[in-house]
Amino acid sequence: MKAMAQKFNATFGADMTGPAIAFVAVIVIFGLAANNFISAATFGSVAFQLPELGLLTLAMLLPLLTGGINLSITFTANLSGLAAASVMQMYGGADASPGAFLLGILAALATGSAAGLMTGAAIAYTRAHPILVTLSMMIFLRGLGEFLTRGGDVSGFPSFIAPIGHGSILGLPIPLLIFIACVGLWQLLLTRFKLGFGLLMVGSNIEAARYSGLNTRRILVLVYTLSGLMCAVAGVIMLARFNSVRVGHGESYLLITVLAAFLGGINPFGGFGRVLPVFVALIVLQLLSSGLNLMGANQHLATALWGVLMIVVMAARTIVSTYIASRRKKG
Amino acid sequence: MRRLILGHTTEFTLLAVMVVLCVGLSLATDRFFTISNAFDVLNVSAVNIIFAVGLLVVLISGGIDISFAVAASVVQYVTALALGALGGGNWAEGFIIAGAIGIGLGLINAALVYRLHIISIVATISTFNIFFGLLMFFTKGVSIYDLPEWLTTRVVFFEREMADGSWIELTLPVVVMILCCLATWFMISRTTVGRQLYAFGDNPEGARRFGINIAAMHYISFGWMGLMAGIAGLMQAHYAEEVVPNALYGRELDVLAATVLGGARLGGGKGSVIGCVLGVLMVSITQNGLNLMGVSPFAFKMIVGAIILIAITLSSARIDKLFPFLAKGSAKSRGTHQ
Repeated sequence: MKAMAQKFNATFGADMTGPAIAFVAVIVIFGLAANNFISAATFGSVAFQLPELGLLTLAMLLPLLTGGINLSITFTANLSGLAAASVMQMYGGADASPGAFLLGILAALATGSAAGLMTGAAIAYTRAHPILVTLSMMIFLRGLGEFLTRGGDVSGFPSFIAPIGHGSILGLPIPLLIFIACVGLWQLLLTRFKLGFGLLMVGSNIEAARYSGLNTRRILVLVYTLSGLMCAVAGVIMLARFNSVRVGHGESYLLITVLAAFLGGINPFGGFGRVLPVFVALIVLQLLSSGLNLMGANQHLATALWGVLMIVVMAARTIVSTYIASRRKKG
Repeated sequence: MRRLILGHTTEFTLLAVMVVLCVGLSLATDRFFTISNAFDVLNVSAVNIIFAVGLLVVLISGGIDISFAVAASVVQYVTALALGALGGGNWAEGFIIAGAIGIGLGLINAALVYRLHIISIVATISTFNIFFGLLMFFTKGVSIYDLPEWLTTRVVFFEREMADGSWIELTLPVVVMILCCLATWFMISRTTVGRQLYAFGDNPEGARRFGINIAAMHYISFGWMGLMAGIAGLMQAHYAEEVVPNALYGRELDVLAATVLGGARLGGGKGSVIGCVLGVLMVSITQNGLNLMGVSPFAFKMIVGAIILIAITLSSARIDKLFPFLAKGSAKSRGTHQ
């Protein structure tokens, strides 16, 4: 058993244990409780629902790793979607050409990065607490979006963008493929790039990082800009999935992204964490939600259980670490 | 006087900004500078101020609470059901039930933070989801309009018709709000417990070595927040004359922003009741002023958000750091104070 655990840790990393156990537990519990749980339909619905929450979680991930947080992610995504939508409206709405759509995507990415850049600059140069800066940014962006849309929907897009939200390639949903590509991008960023190393350093000790010659301000600005950029991707996916843009869409995901990240072993104080355990944690959350749905329970019960799962995982982590510490003391 | 100002820079800055804002609004609109409008602002802000002083205690002790607004929704709902089961009840029973449930929910948070060592933002985001998820699950989103008569009847402590025919009135939520502020002020600045809360928030390890009861600090701060959330929930039900499960959803972040605007510090050890009240009032006055000026309500949040963003970044950064060319003069003047 011990050897197996060691081998598991060596292959996947110790922070994979929690999500992996939760994954197995969810599969076993729902597999026994609902006889049609382990089916293509379940995994299909998970595959289509995962990207929305997943992309927002990726946007939340980098700031969390620096010891910060980005509470403005959902509204940055909404506003980016709005930017894409208004560009397409400008070029004929439902008759917009693929070129106009590409332009819209560029506008979305620019909007998201601009919002992130502002947030990052405010955090890096004023040293205000990220919770506050991103919170006021969130209120501002929500207001801006409501002001621009008058609280309504923007819809009427060309039909060729529907596959981005609903289509499949070789049986794999396109949004899922985009999401996996983004997971890969973040994984590369964190393991192969100087910025990834730098942001982990900033997260574990910003003063030490500064003294060792890292440009911590630049890192923070880049981190929040990338976070905004990922929000823009989420915004475009949401636009395609719902065929409309509405400010406030996905708002309920905001706090769940934080849970997903911590469930995936991100250190709440920053500095430590990897992308892959978070990916598994996201799958666990979606399986939980789909499983409950299958059993006839509603989405709100799933929300409550996400909270319970979070507390169980965090508590288990505390209990295990105190147990290990007490063992060490005796030995 | 000078020491008073230097010791409460945020509060005085906020007060100064508010005075400027009020003078500007009085000149721009003829409705703003009337007593009845002032009372309107107060009546509207009462519930948020009750939330804010509760949150203040948690912030001072170094924690944060995201779950209080949905906790208040739970309190509203359960209290309404309990009162129905009691066959009506009265104000005393209402406050006792709401307060007790509120404290209970607060203690759950405290236990998660203290016993299980979950950091408060994670613990309260979890309980946020649990409270709200279970509330919506069990209520199926159905509102309660059939409240006891005493709860929905407006209680007016003082009313007077002004010369221009408008009415000013001091209603129950405002009176309760004032009592909550006084109680919180008394606890945090006139009792040993208050001193300990500040000390604990400023330096938890130092406070522990000093012999401060850490467990008590957690249970008192989150319990107080719970009590205030319970009272605020009851007041909201009284004010709105209905119980809607998701009416308070989303309020937590607005209150948090207003509280921090008033000088409470994330990370603990700093904050005052006056600052907190000013922070909430600042937001309400801005909204009220924009409303009177005929600005589209859709633009409110945008402007309020921009103001909070500017205020928070400016108050966190020393001005001379943002604008180095101003540094010489201000460095000199600061030197004389120290």
